[in-house]
Amino acid sequence: MAQPPSSPAEHISDEHDKDRRDFMVLTAGTMAGVGAACVAYPLIQSMNPAADVLAMASTEADLSQMKEGQSLTIVWRGKPVFIRRRTQKEIEEARVVPMSDLKDPQTDQDRVKQSIFGGKDMPEYLVMIGICTHLGCVPLGQKPTDPHGDYDGWFCPCHGSQYDSSGRIRKGPAPKNLEIPPYQFTAADKVKIG
Amino acid sequence: MAHGERVDFKNPVINWIDVRLPIFTMMQKEYGTFPTPKNFNYLWSFGGIAMFMLTAMIVTGVFLAMYYTPSTDHAFDSVERIMRDVNWGWMIRYIHMNGASMFFIAVYIHIFRGIYYGSYKNPRELLWILGVTILLLMMATAFMGYVLPWGQMSFWGATVITNLFSAIPLVGDKVVTWLWGGFSVDNATLNRFFALHYLLPFVIFAVVGLHVAALHVSGSNNPTGIDPKGPQDTIPFNPYYTIKDAFALTLFIILYALVVFYAPNMLGDPDNYIPANPMVTPAHIVPEWYFLPFYAMLRSFVWDIHIPFTHIVLISSKLGGVILMFGSIALLFVMPWLDRSPVRSAVFRPIYKKLFWVLVLACVTLGYIGGKPPEQPYVLVGQIATVVYFAFFLIALPLLPKYEKTLPLPKSISESVLKKG
Repeated sequence: MAQPPSSPAEHISDEHDKDRRDFMVLTAGTMAGVGAACVAYPLIQSMNPAADVLAMASTEADLSQMKEGQSLTIVWRGKPVFIRRRTQKEIEEARVVPMSDLKDPQTDQDRVKQSIFGGKDMPEYLVMIGICTHLGCVPLGQKPTDPHGDYDGWFCPCHGSQYDSSGRIRKGPAPKNLEIPPYQFTAADKVKIG
Repeated sequence: MAHGERVDFKNPVINWIDVRLPIFTMMQKEYGTFPTPKNFNYLWSFGGIAMFMLTAMIVTGVFLAMYYTPSTDHAFDSVERIMRDVNWGWMIRYIHMNGASMFFIAVYIHIFRGIYYGSYKNPRELLWILGVTILLLMMATAFMGYVLPWGQMSFWGATVITNLFSAIPLVGDKVVTWLWGGFSVDNATLNRFFALHYLLPFVIFAVVGLHVAALHVSGSNNPTGIDPKGPQDTIPFNPYYTIKDAFALTLFIILYALVVFYAPNMLGDPDNYIPANPMVTPAHIVPEWYFLPFYAMLRSFVWDIHIPFTHIVLISSKLGGVILMFGSIALLFVMPWLDRSPVRSAVFRPIYKKLFWVLVLACVTLGYIGGKPPEQPYVLVGQIATVVYFAFFLIALPLLPKYEKTLPLPKSISESVLKKG
């Protein structure tokens, strides 16, 4: 459509036209990109958990009925949470394990919380997310009749991961200890998860 | 598909794809260099606007469908959850809800443009028929979509409109039961309406593809109705009409945004915020504004036509209304054969031009009447407007070629453009 430049003035104005065109294309293109991002953001964000899902984020558990050696499973954010009132034997077993024996080194003290209620030392309750850190199965060990593995804890039937009495991985393909969720005691025998 | 000469692209990736599937060559030909009449006015931007609206409706619809539950127990609550709890849910819902209205605004303007400028005439008859098909699909989609929130208007609108099919002689009741999947509008109906509401927009998408393909065979019409005679009458679609359509679309979106953010419930019925109650009928059952003209036509037929001297009803008033309502759209299909004038554009048809505005007035009047209760004087006005609508198509169009003295046509598009300047 453009005629070949026939004079220096026309030649310069063609150059200016090209610069102007480049500028227009660049700015319009950038605005279009910004516009596209503005459209995409709310749509993608809408797929994140909705307000009511987020509100279901805390679960309370009443531990007053638990006897020593008993385990309780509750649901938190759609996941199983293992709560165990451990025996002295289980606690001592967990305490004496050297860190070099552990694939994911963590002391038992780091995995249990001491309640501010009741006595100054309450390592009786172990609170963990009951999902194997390998591929996500729920390990066995909550019931007395369940297999507990060789370390007096939990045994995952899917690929044979074994956790000890502190929920730490001792044998098998799982890479990490059973996850400890955020929780706190709201009374000597009540706990709020999340 | 045309297998013309293919020119290599500079970008090696684009070229690699284009050699194997010439989509870039096709885009270049159909939307880049495509010779388009240079005298388009802004009425020609509404086809592109409609395409944008279809995309917007599908995108927002898919995200809504991630949270909507199509069962009578949960539908209403799931919509309220979207409005209150889902991140940006209120915005996506309002965009979708008002998008239906904006889509119909764009499509109605697009259709009236076609009627005014004779875009339905040879060789664009099939283009026009595909367009009317799209309109029908849109109406079905919008009707079913309105049922989904399961409010009072959703339920009762569905009940009234599905009950119309009982007017079909002999098999009417069976057809209605089949549509409902039960003995009234209930869970089965809601669930299937959701399935079909999700499906039809993709059918619309396919028919739009055919519609645009047909357009690219004949090329676009233009305000003079005269065919382009050479490159002096046309300009390449890009950049002239890409930028013009982008500007028109921007103004349209500003209007759309004003509604969505400042008056999102202006076009809706407050009764639809009441959960559906099959035991209680609202005092005024009214469809959404884009269906009002058809609703008025439906209610304008108030007589039972008997076989003379007997009580046997040949055509019940219900059936008559249904025939009028569907007939008003069926007439659109055959417009190319009702209007035989060799002159396309109303610009050069002084009588047709006036009658066009009479038709517009009739449609607007019918829309107004459709929103009113079926009492006098509204019923009479609606009946007159219905007669005017049908007279335009059945009487005026066929007779005009014989009696209308058309104005002399300009020799070319170029000439008409230059004369104005």
